[in-house]
Formats: sequence, structure tokens, C-alpha cells
Amino acid sequence: MTQVTIPETLKKKAEEIFFRYPAEKRQSALLPLLFEVQREMGWIRPEAEAWVAETVGVSPVKVREIITFYSMMRAEPVGKYLIQFCQNISCCLRGGENILHHMEKKLGIHVGETTKDGLFTLRVVECLGGCSWAPMMLVNEDQYFVLSVEKIDKIIEGFRSGNPVAPDHPTPLLGNVAGEAVA
Amino acid sequence: MIGNGSVRLLSKNFDVPNMATLDVAMKHGAYDMLKRAMKLKPEEVTELVKASGLRGHGGAGFSAGTKWGFVPKDKFPRYVCVNGDESEPGTCKDRLIIERDPHLMLEGALICAYAVQAERIYIYIRGEYYYPAKVMAEAIKQAQAKGFIGQKILGSDWSCTVHLQNGAGAYICGEETGLIESLEGKKGWPRLKPPFYPAAIGLWGAPTIVNNVETLAFVPRILDIGPEKFAAMGSPKNGGTGLFSLSGHVNKPGVYELPMGTLLTDLIHKHGGGIPNGKKLKAVIPGGSSSHILTADECENLPLDFESVAARGSMLGSAAVMVIDETVSIPQLMHWMVRFYAHESCGQCTPCREGTDWLLRLSKKFLEGTARKRDIDDMWQLADNIDGKTICALGQAVAWPTKSYLVKFRHEFEALCRN
Ligand SMILES: Cc1cc2nc3c(=O)[nH]c(=O)nc-3n(C[C@H](O)[C@H](O)[C@H](O)COP(=O)(O)O)c2cc1C
Ligand code: SF4
Ligand code: FES
Repeated sequence: MTQVTIPETLKKKAEEIFFRYPAEKRQSALLPLLFEVQREMGWIRPEAEAWVAETVGVSPVKVREIITFYSMMRAEPVGKYLIQFCQNISCCLRGGENILHHMEKKLGIHVGETTKDGLFTLRVVECLGGCSWAPMMLVNEDQYFVLSVEKIDKIIEGFRSGNPVAPDHPTPLLGNVAGEAVA
Repeated sequence: MIGNGSVRLLSKNFDVPNMATLDVAMKHGAYDMLKRAMKLKPEEVTELVKASGLRGHGGAGFSAGTKWGFVPKDKFPRYVCVNGDESEPGTCKDRLIIERDPHLMLEGALICAYAVQAERIYIYIRGEYYYPAKVMAEAIKQAQAKGFIGQKILGSDWSCTVHLQNGAGAYICGEETGLIESLEGKKGWPRLKPPFYPAAIGLWGAPTIVNNVETLAFVPRILDIGPEKFAAMGSPKNGGTGLFSLSGHVNKPGVYELPMGTLLTDLIHKHGGGIPNGKKLKAVIPGGSSSHILTADECENLPLDFESVAARGSMLGSAAVMVIDETVSIPQLMHWMVRFYAHESCGQCTPCREGTDWLLRLSKKFLEGTARKRDIDDMWQLADNIDGKTICALGQAVAWPTKSYLVKFRHEFEALCRN
């Protein structure tokens, strides 16, 4: 087995996280720490899992329980770009399913798979809280709204060519909240 | 007022460039209301919020001031948790508050913490909100540097720290006791009730106020315009305005801030621009996917406030209004809806864990053309076996819409049956 070293940045991050809770409540750091491990290392390797258990001071089975309960925790590697496509009501009402099928064709994979070049993993998820901007998806940490076949093509080609389309940050204003300011 | 009955009270600065930065926010009055609140006694602040008629915007619509008053007198420490889990399908308004005016929410949370004399605030933001969480983290840092957060705030004896916590993809962590369990570093399994509110026994067993992002963002505005004026803006027992997340088949989906009690048909037609492509309205889900569906007829003359929507047999919930036109098949909608709850059931109670799974299988049969008439009754029975027999309200959240789809659109299910 290859040796996996825990990056120093993570160790520093752990101290920062413990600081958020009363001194004796170290278990609270479990989820944030796993989140950071995943962010830093791409996925949660068994060695990192063991390190988290040791650092937090809980049994390894507690850590396992958290990883299996929370759907965003990944105990296996994913592609460079993890696409999470919303399949809930508001997105489906605005044609999300067709756009998802188009994406499958475009990437040449089915939902749940990773492209051979390791670039994209495609997953469906439940409501991402962007229902007024439906259909929506996340690519890694970036949000993309009001998806169409054309927009998907641009986004995928952008990633392929190393020239990513800018994400929708911040979320554009839609509705009367976009109107002129009133006292 | 902008005309059309639209009122931007909470959202009035959403379109101010760089409102998330403290300098800009302070030019627009950020933290002035914290200063004003801290000149009052903590219990006076609670009374003021009570008088405003502010209701919880997270789903249950409970009076915010009343909840704050539940904190037991001599029990310390105390905590405030801001519920930014925003996972009820259809709901997408807290994301805008966090991204566009994070200091307003922070100020509201601090005023709440002052009112209940809490020493820590945890802001729980769903894991998928990477960008909103980044904005909030920066806002906290800036407010801390200016002394609005931390030791001896504004030179008083009261100290309070603020911490951000990310969720990790579990709808159930929006349920307030699930949220607390998650904050304690556990699976988000909701706690047995009673106690009915964590106000007495919450985070690490301490008194804890859990309020939604929007609820807290209203608090500075209440101090600003006064509770009477706030109360008068809404409808009876429903103070002020609300942010309505409008989605589905409307010409202008978006987030609309409107007085509580605004007519549903006004939201859809006047504000939302009506149904696209000349199609007819078939149904509306008025308060997130957990609410009973309303037929087009039931949408007429319906004021969007907690009591009125309940009187029509549904609920306002998180005020997420999903509009459904005549092209949509209700059995298809049922499948989308049930799939969500089957995925999100935390597995703690048997009726919910097993029931949602069976509902999912049966709902699929209608789409595959293998359903029989008895499947309709079986689905109703399954929903009834969940309803009221579970630890948390996710049970009802799937049972209620399921029953309403089956009862109100039975003919559509029958039409897909083989016998
Ligand atoms: C299954 C379930 C999911 C919930 N999800 C959320 C949520 O995402 N955000 C939220 O604010 N409240 C949610 N709630 C409601 C909370 O339990 C709680 O009532 C609310 O946070 C209290 O704040 P409020 O009084 O300001 O509304 C949920 C409740 C249930 C039963
Ligand atoms: S009702 Fe469902 S989600 Fe709620 S505690 Fe029981 S199993 Fe979990
Ligand atoms: S339904 Fe897709 S973001 Fe809410």
C-alpha cells in the first residue's frame, strides 16, 4: 500500500475547526474536518479516515457512520469535475430531464459514471436550492443556473479546453427583489 | 411600495453592489439596529419581536418572539442556531439573503442572541451552498474585525462568537433537532419529542434557539420600522412580508418579496407573469414539496399566509410556490416527489424508512405501465401508515402530498392502470 501523508495545511485547519466549539466538544469537528479532507485530497481515503478518528478522538466506526450518512461525503475517487445535476420537481418541470440526457450523450457516460479520461463524473442529486433558476447543477463548488442544451455544451467544452465558463456567482437576481431599491 | 403590492423590506438592498462587504453594508445602516437593540433590556427585544407578529419562515410558521421567550430563566450557556439548510424542494430564498445581504442576517442573529443572552451562534449552511457559505464566512470575518462579534460587543458586558458549519447533503439536518445532532458531530437523526422545542434542551443539552435565515433577517427591520408598522404590513397574525420562491411553469420565476396574505393568483399572474405558452394552470404546490397540492380551482382567492393556506387544507410551509401547468402528469409528479423523500428518509423510524421505499416502487409502476388499481389504494394506505406515526415531520411531509395527489387526481392514476 502506498503511504498517504496528511498535508500540513489540513493539520492546521483541524486546529482552526476545534476552536469553533467548546473545548470538550471535539466530536463536533468530525463533519467539518471530513469536509476539509475531501476538499484537500479529493476523496476520503481510509488512511485519512483513520487520521480524522485519531485527531478528533473518536472510534473509527463513528467516522464511518458519518461518511455513510451524509451523501456529500465520498469514500471513493471521482473525476476532476464532479457534476451534480438536480433532478427535483422544479428542475424537472423546466426540462431538466432532457438536458440531463443531452449531457449523458455529450459526455458519453450514464449517470453515476466517470468518463474514461477521468475528467467528469456525472451524478444526479435532489433539490439544490436554485429552483427559481431551474434547471441547475453544481460542478465541484460552482453553481450553474438556467441550463439549456446550448449552455451545457458551452460549459462542458469550456472544461475540456481548460477555459471554464464562469459560474453564476453570485446567484443572479430574479423576481421583484431585482427591482429598484425602496426605503 | 413599488406598485403592484410589491414591498421590498428585507430585500431592499439586494441590488446594491458589494452589499456583502461591511463598509457598503454599514453605509446602508448595517448593525445600527443591533446598537438600538442593545440599548433595550434583552426581554424588551423579545417582546418587540413578539408584538411584530413575525412568524418562522423555515416551514412551521411559529411565532419567533414566543419561541425566544421559551428559554428557561437560569440555564446557561445558551446558543442560537441559524438554519440555513434550505433543502425543502422549491425553496431558494435563503441563498439570496446569504449571498446578497449577509450582514442583515448576521445582525438579526446577533439581536436574537442578545435577546436570549446566548454566547455562541452557529450558522448551519447546507453543504451544497459553497458559494453562499464563502460569502457568509467573509462577512463574519469582517464583522468580527469591527467588533460586532466577539468579546464585550459594543463595549457591553455581553460576548458572543459566531461560527459557520457546513452541512453535507442531508435534508433531514434542516429539521431543527437533526441540525443539532449534526452540529454535535453525529448523524442527523431527529430527536424524540418532547421536548417540543430545543429552546429548553438543545445543543449539548443547553437552551438553543433555532431560527431560519429569513426569520432572523427580518429582525433588524422590525427594530427599524417598529413592530406595529411591521404587523400592519401583513395579514392578521402574520406580520410583515415574506420571500416567496416562485418556480415551475411561470413566465417570470424568481424570489418575490410580498406582504403576507398576498393572493396566490396575484403571485402567479401579476408578479410571475402567468403561465407560459398559453397553457392552462393545473395545480400548485404552495409551500414546498411537503405541502398538499392545490387544484387550479383551489388557488382562487387564496391569501398566502399561514392560517389561510391551512384553512384550504394545505400549508404555507417555506413559501415555495411551484406552479404546474396542464401538460404535467400528476403520477409523474408523484414519482419525482416520492423519490426525494425515499432518498432523504434518515431511516430511524420503520414506517418512514420502509414506507417511502415502497411508495417509490409503486409510483414507478404508474410510469412503467405496470400499475393496477389496487396500487392506488396501497399507496394511500402506505401514506396513512406513515402519517403521524414517526419521530419527525418528514413522515407527514411525504404522507400529506401523497394523499393529496391520490385523492385530487385519482382519475389520472386510474387512467394509467391496467385494470
Ligand atoms: C424534514 C424537515 C426539514 C426541514 N428543513 C428546514 C430547512 O431546510 N430550513 C429551515 O429553516 N427549516 C427547516 N425545517 C424546520 C425546522 O425544523 C424549524 O422549524 C425551523 O428551522 C425553525 O425556524 P423558524 O421558526 O424561524 O422557521 C425542517 C423541518 C422538517 C421536519
Ligand atoms: S420520520 Fe423519517 S426522517 Fe423523520 S426521524 Fe423518522 S425515519 Fe427519520
Ligand atoms: S428543484 Fe432543482 S434546484 Fe430545486
